[in-house]
Formats: sequence, C-alpha cells, structure tokens
Amino acid sequence: MRNRERTHKYTMLFIGAIVSLLWIYPFYLVFINSIKTKAGIFEGTLGFPSAPTLENYPTAFAELDFLLTFFNSVIVTGGSIFIIVIFTSMAGYALSRKPGKSSTLVYFLFAICMLIPFQSIMIPLVSLFGAVDMLNRMGLAIMYLGLGSSLAVFLYVGAMKGIPKALDEAAIIDGCNRFQVYWYIMLPMLKSTTVTVIVLNAIWFWNDYLLPSLVINKEGMYTIPLKTFYFFGEYSTQWHLALAALVIAMIPIIILYMFLQRYIIDGISDGAVK
Amino acid sequence: MNFKSRTYWLFLLPTLLALLLVLIIPFFQGVYYSFTEYNGFQVTGFVGLDNYIKLFSDEQFLYSLGFTGAFSLASVIGINVIGLAFALLVTQKLGKASTFFRTVYFMPNLIGGIILGFIWQFVFLKAFTGISEVTGLEFFRGWLADTETGFWGLVILFVWQMSGYIMVIYISFLNNVPQELLEAATIDGANKWQSFWKVKFPLIIPAFTVSLFLTLSNAFKVYDQNMALTGGGPFGSTEMTTMNIYDTAFKVQEMGYAQSKAIVFLIVITLISVIQLYFTRKKETEL
Repeated sequence: MRNRERTHKYTMLFIGAIVSLLWIYPFYLVFINSIKTKAGIFEGTLGFPSAPTLENYPTAFAELDFLLTFFNSVIVTGGSIFIIVIFTSMAGYALSRKPGKSSTLVYFLFAICMLIPFQSIMIPLVSLFGAVDMLNRMGLAIMYLGLGSSLAVFLYVGAMKGIPKALDEAAIIDGCNRFQVYWYIMLPMLKSTTVTVIVLNAIWFWNDYLLPSLVINKEGMYTIPLKTFYFFGEYSTQWHLALAALVIAMIPIIILYMFLQRYIIDGISDGAVK
Repeated sequence: MNFKSRTYWLFLLPTLLALLLVLIIPFFQGVYYSFTEYNGFQVTGFVGLDNYIKLFSDEQFLYSLGFTGAFSLASVIGINVIGLAFALLVTQKLGKASTFFRTVYFMPNLIGGIILGFIWQFVFLKAFTGISEVTGLEFFRGWLADTETGFWGLVILFVWQMSGYIMVIYISFLNNVPQELLEAATIDGANKWQSFWKVKFPLIIPAFTVSLFLTLSNAFKVYDQNMALTGGGPFGSTEMTTMNIYDTAFKVQEMGYAQSKAIVFLIVITLISVIQLYFTRKKETEL
C-alpha cells in the first residue's frame, strides 16, 4: 500500500515535470534565439547559442520605444481599472441594498449584455464614439467600463450580500451618508472581490489588441500589444530582433506573475466560478 | 435600511450610462445598420434584407463560419481534456511541485494573443523546420503553409493558452469534493481510477457547464491569435469569422454588410451557447 502510493506519487511528478518542460518550451525557444545573432539563428534554432549576446535587445528596446509604450499600457490599464472598480462597486452596492423590481430589472439588463459578443457591436460602437470625438483613452476607458461591467457588478453584488445590512444602518444612524458608508465601510470590506475584479480586468486590458487598435491607433499612444504588432510587421524577417522584442514585451507581466501568482490564480478562479 | 430612490440611481448611473453607450445603443444601431448601406459616417440607403441575402452566397464568409466552428470544436475538446488532466494532476498532493506545475501550466494565459501568436509563428516556422532537419521527420515541415497545418497551428496555440485557465476552474471544483467521500471510497476498496469516475466525476459535472461555456464562447471570438499566427492566410483559408467581419468593415469599408455578418455571428454564438447550457444542465440534474 505504502509502496504503491509512492510509485503513484513519483509517476505523477514525472508526468507533471515532462509536461511542464513541454509547456515552457516555446518560451525557452524564443528566449535562446533572442540571444543569438541573425547568423546564429540561421545556423540553428534548437541549440543554445555558442556565443550568447544581448546585442539585439538595445535595438529592439529602442524600436519598440519601450518606455513610452510601457507607460501607455500602464495608463490605459490603470485608468480603466480604476474606473471600473469604483463605478461597478457603487452599482453593486446599490443593487444589493435595494431589493425589488428595479434591481431585478437592472440585474437582468447586465446579464443580457454579458451575452453580446464584442464583434457584433464593434462597428456601431466605433462610429458612435468617433462621431463625438471620443476615440481616445477616455473613450477606451468608458468602453471597458461598459464591456466589463456585468461580471464586475455580479461579483460585487455577490460579495455584498454577505455583509450584514445592520452595519450600514448603524453607520447611517451615526450620521454617515450613503457615499461615506460605501467608501469607508463597504469598499474596505470588499478587498478580496476588488482583487478579483482587478486581476480579471487587468489581464484583459493589458493584453487587448482589437479594441485599442480601433480606438487609440495613433502614434504616441500605442500600447504593448499594438506596438508589438507593428514592430512585427516591419521586422518579421529579422527574427533576432523580433524575438528580443517579444521577450521585452513579456517581461513586465512575467515579473508581476512571479510576485502575485497566488492572487492571480485565485482571482481567475473566483471570477469564473462565482 | 434601503437606499433612497435618488441615491440609488445616482450610484447606478455611471455604470448604466456606460452600458447604454457601449452596448445597448450600439446593439440597436447595429441591427439597423445591417439593413442598410453604411460607410461608417452615414447611411446611404436602406436595402432591407439584401445584406442578409448576399451573405448566404458569400463563400468566404460561410467558409469562415465553418472554419471557426471546426476550430472551436477541436479546441474545446483539447482544452477541456488537458485542463481536467492538469487539474487532476496538481490536486494529487504533490506538495510544492503542485504549486509549481500549476504556475507553469497557467502561464501562457497571462500573455496576450498577439504575442502568443508571434511566439508560435516562430515555433512553427523556424523551430519546427529545425526539428525536421534534426530528426528527418516530414511531419515538422512546412507548417502554416497550408490550410491543414494552419488550422492545427491555431488549435495548438489556443489549447496551450487556455488549458491552464480551465485547469483553475476544475481545480476549484475538485477541491470542493468532500474528503470524507473519497476516504470512504478508498476504505471500500476503490482505486484511484474508480474513485475518479465514480466519486469525483459526477460531483464536478457543474464544472463542465462553466468550462464548456467559457471555452466555446472564447474560441468563437478568437481574433488576436488568428491575426498574429496566420493572418488568415494562405489565401484566407484560415480566416475566422471575426477576422472576416473586421476586414469587411475596415478594409473593404462595407460597414452595413459587415454588420449583417456581425448579427449572424451573434445569433450563431447565442444559439450554440444556449444549446450547450441546456444539455449540460440536463446532464447535471440527471446525475
């Protein structure tokens, strides 16, 4: 019995390790070829370089205009996240504290909107925002609020139902207004839901290509996915530079993942299951 | 204490306004545009059902729907089988290794479709050629150069990306399986295989409902990966519906016609999701 358990454990460890190697292999290939010269890649793509070099990186970094591009991504993601967290938690608070027909109706509206695929509203959306001159970062943040609101509102309503109403009442009797109750009592109690909302949306906003390509497709505003795409269009035959660019583009998120791994995975899991 | 009516609407206002501007108004406008000739700025004519009639003889559009359907089917199966296998593996109490495996399997999911598409373009075009030179295997030659390898290339990329995500969902359901039940099964002489099929499997059926729904709708909506890996080529043979809609709208500039395709796309996705939910829900209650 003991022995069988141990064999089972080692078999599982072995399989897990092999699959891990397989799963990382594409990243590994990109990395080792990014430290080869053009001639080095031409000689072979599978082996580790005989003379590793970092010479592709400064060029790729400069061509990506990486500081600006990274900053743009931070602005777009951070700003949109801020807006979606504040407004959907407010909406969730109102919905969870006023049962009745209007809340049911609003809730239903959010549910219906969740089913609309982006592509089916893409054309009128761009026309509408274009007509009022809102094809900019502000417009993009509003679009993300609209597109991401349903899930975030559901998560907040779910969490707030677990917070006793007596708490609001006590605070209101003590002289707080609704906004103060929301800001000083509710939001701090909803930290774990807020983490979930941030994680889910941050991954989406940070990596999104299609919507930003329609809304902020202007020199000086490119985010990492947009800039990577254009970079690739120009340098696709120069793999040594293109691969270095891919590595640079991935670094911020990989670093973040190393530190916040647990929060990210828990957030994903909460968002999907609840 | 309930909200006063005015404060209630004030709290809801920003989000509802965004919903209205971003989804509800564009949705109704979209339905309207699909019956018109529209260039992105103004409607130049009302054409009734013409766009819809035209689309049924648009071979490239119909092809892209079929391609997307086949892609989704293959991906959904691959992602759920591998995702579930991963979840079972990392819930085997392997200590720190479990966390490590989970971290690795999930990683592709954090990176955007554009970057992933380019990574795999390199793998298929360059590394595969390298492998075929080393091993002499014909199988690794000429990837992405024809429809079939383009198709499987997209499936491989998407399965690699999404399996870790679906794994996380299965893990949370597996962790909710009561430990007593598994212990009881072991005492009664069930082996690992039996305790999976007889105890865990029936209890995680709800996970299938969630996972199938998510993978199916995500697979249908893939755009970035398609764009970066094959660009729809060669000759539009790996073009998915989303790309077909995009090109009709923003390259050919036939916005009204593109919108009618977008409406058909909406109907197809909704129908498939409803049918899938109906069947998995039914399975849930049967067991």
